[in-house]
Amino acid sequence: MDYISIKNNQTLPISSIPELEYASFLELNASSLLKSSGSHCVNYFGFPDAGTIRLICCMASDEQNSVYISSSVVDAKQPLPSFTKHSIAFEKFEREIHENYGITYTDHPWLKPVRFSFNRADKNSTVANYPFFKIESEELHEVGVGPIHAGIIEPGHFRFICNGEQILHLEIQLGYQHRGIEQLFLEKTKLLQRITLAENIAGDSVAGHTVAFVNLWESLCDYQPGRDLQLARTLALELERVAIHTGDLSALCTDVAYQLGSAVYGRLRTPVINYFQSWCGNRLAKGLIRAGKNNYPFTKAVADELIKVFDAFEKDFEDITEELFSLPSALSRFEKTGVITTEQATTLGTVGMAARMSGIIRDIRSSHAHDLYVGLNHQPVIKHHGDVYSRAQIRKQEIRQSIGYIRQLLQNIPQGINNPGQLSSPQPNAFTISLVEGWRGEICHCAITGEHGELIHYKIKDPSFHNWLALALAVRNNEISDFPVCNKSFDLSYCGHDL
Amino acid sequence: MLDNLKILWHQGKQYIPDITNAKVHGLFRGRPVISTEKVNEAELMEICPTHAISSNPVCIDLGKCTFCGECAFAFPGKIKFTTDHKIATNDRNRLIIREAHDEPVELDPLLIRREIHQYFSGSLKLRQVSAGGDNSCELELNACGNVNFDMGRFGIEFVASPRHADGIVITGPITENMAQPLQICYDAIPDPKIIILTGTDAISGGIFEGSPALNRSFLTDHQIDLYVPGNPIHPLTFINGVLELIKKRK
Repeated sequence: MDYISIKNNQTLPISSIPELEYASFLELNASSLLKSSGSHCVNYFGFPDAGTIRLICCMASDEQNSVYISSSVVDAKQPLPSFTKHSIAFEKFEREIHENYGITYTDHPWLKPVRFSFNRADKNSTVANYPFFKIESEELHEVGVGPIHAGIIEPGHFRFICNGEQILHLEIQLGYQHRGIEQLFLEKTKLLQRITLAENIAGDSVAGHTVAFVNLWESLCDYQPGRDLQLARTLALELERVAIHTGDLSALCTDVAYQLGSAVYGRLRTPVINYFQSWCGNRLAKGLIRAGKNNYPFTKAVADELIKVFDAFEKDFEDITEELFSLPSALSRFEKTGVITTEQATTLGTVGMAARMSGIIRDIRSSHAHDLYVGLNHQPVIKHHGDVYSRAQIRKQEIRQSIGYIRQLLQNIPQGINNPGQLSSPQPNAFTISLVEGWRGEICHCAITGEHGELIHYKIKDPSFHNWLALALAVRNNEISDFPVCNKSFDLSYCGHDL
Repeated sequence: MLDNLKILWHQGKQYIPDITNAKVHGLFRGRPVISTEKVNEAELMEICPTHAISSNPVCIDLGKCTFCGECAFAFPGKIKFTTDHKIATNDRNRLIIREAHDEPVELDPLLIRREIHQYFSGSLKLRQVSAGGDNSCELELNACGNVNFDMGRFGIEFVASPRHADGIVITGPITENMAQPLQICYDAIPDPKIIILTGTDAISGGIFEGSPALNRSFLTDHQIDLYVPGNPIHPLTFINGVLELIKKRK
């Protein structure tokens, strides 16, 4: 076999991953595996191994509910033919490999810096001298925005090339938020430190990234979480989705100057995040998810409060939703704005809402189910127009769907705590992959352990890593004044990308 | 139009009438209280992911604390997190909570520069810079201005340009890649100006402390006017801290 097939949250010996010649590694991942539908790259990275670089590619097959892992050992000094030549979906992964290890590609069309990580190969490449695409013209002009933006938002630089009010090209430069998290996962060796790191990868996806980490860690330690842990994790993920989607609908209203919608959706988010606080003491669920334990058991009393929150939420949500989605002045700004076609989304390998908005059925909750998603029989919400309106509609329907799932889960609350005792130490010389569908899309964590079970490599992929290029393409030929609503409708993570 | 009015009427009043005396409900982890109970202090210090706990006497540094509450679970008789959300101060030392001291965290009026009260007590415009922030403090700073917390009623607002601002609100541990933009933004704000550090990451680096991807030299070169601890900060902590800063000195 050219690859080994594993399930979400399965651990295997690192030696069992087949090692291929680079040419067959390329053919397998960038060509033959991509031919079957529902197949896409969830992670592709390198790690240093005895003077060489070992590349590991993780291709998910949504139809087989499996992930195909393969690898190849290469010399960093030897230029390679790129995967990107065959599929654009690999472009950023290869740029990252180039940035981190100095591997050059003979036919990569856009081999630019990704995030200016502190341990990058070329220290002369700095955030202040990013090589922007330039255009020579007397008629066109450039608009530079950021890194610091007008609102309270993370930093990133947007460089537009415009013809009058119309955007011809947008290039997005990121990296300002780089905190060196993947390296800190290796250096901070206490479990609580690593969980805290996971909670701080992206503060709007605390449940998403922390569940990805603890599921991975428990798999490495051969630990089976009890139903109460799985319930808490599934609930946290769905509550986070409801909260952030509601906040995003508020922001979409703000960006089209619909003040009532902005205020009502904004205040509707408050009881949901306040519920997190009454459950676990933190409005964004920091402190809630732990490996092998739960400090805040989900009891009947806690559940009753949640039902009250949603009883009050749903009425107000439906009122304002009916109004917004029949308001011509709002809809005219949403419809046909910031379009990504199905073909573009497929080529780019987008994930999460940025895939489902364009007719791609891609959702870890149904294809690689974990925790209590296994019993939920999740049907992803799919739209087809790929515009701001599709992204708004997905949010609207996913909020209703998530509340439905939560109500369903609350009918069967486990009594007492039924988790096995202590976590053992992680298995040595092992590889694990953990996939979670956060509200933004698919989160992927991979870990590799050494001889004594210590972490020797930790790789995090936030869904934004796939989707930023989709935003850049979506705004082409739109008016520059529509950029804010396009940007907000994707709502991508800067820190998750920059780590 | 009528539907809009109906929604408006149905929503009623959503704002918190008295921000200063508002209580936080539920399990909120605010100012901790440390008892004099004898415990294995080495074990207690070992729990903390960010080395916020020191011994003899036992202290918790709120500038380093991530408010995860694990110490209180392991030593419930020793440490309790109260729901007291007023933990902002202008004196870095006052963020260190000592054993057997159950007193509110307050600002030191003598450390508040005279011009802060003189110019900003009725109106304060702030520029926010996220320098490696994880978007949690940013979400909460946005929430300060929503219809529930309505910080705008006090004349405190976030503005779109440093040229319009009276001060800078920093979130995140300050990455190397943001060090220069932060400095440029600060330089663009007209004098007099204030600096507010928001969240554990900004105050001490938090869990990112020691990462080679950070550059915190900005903080050694400037005086900090307000520290707002939290991971993330609670909107009430921020609003009350800023109100104290601009109103306290007479």
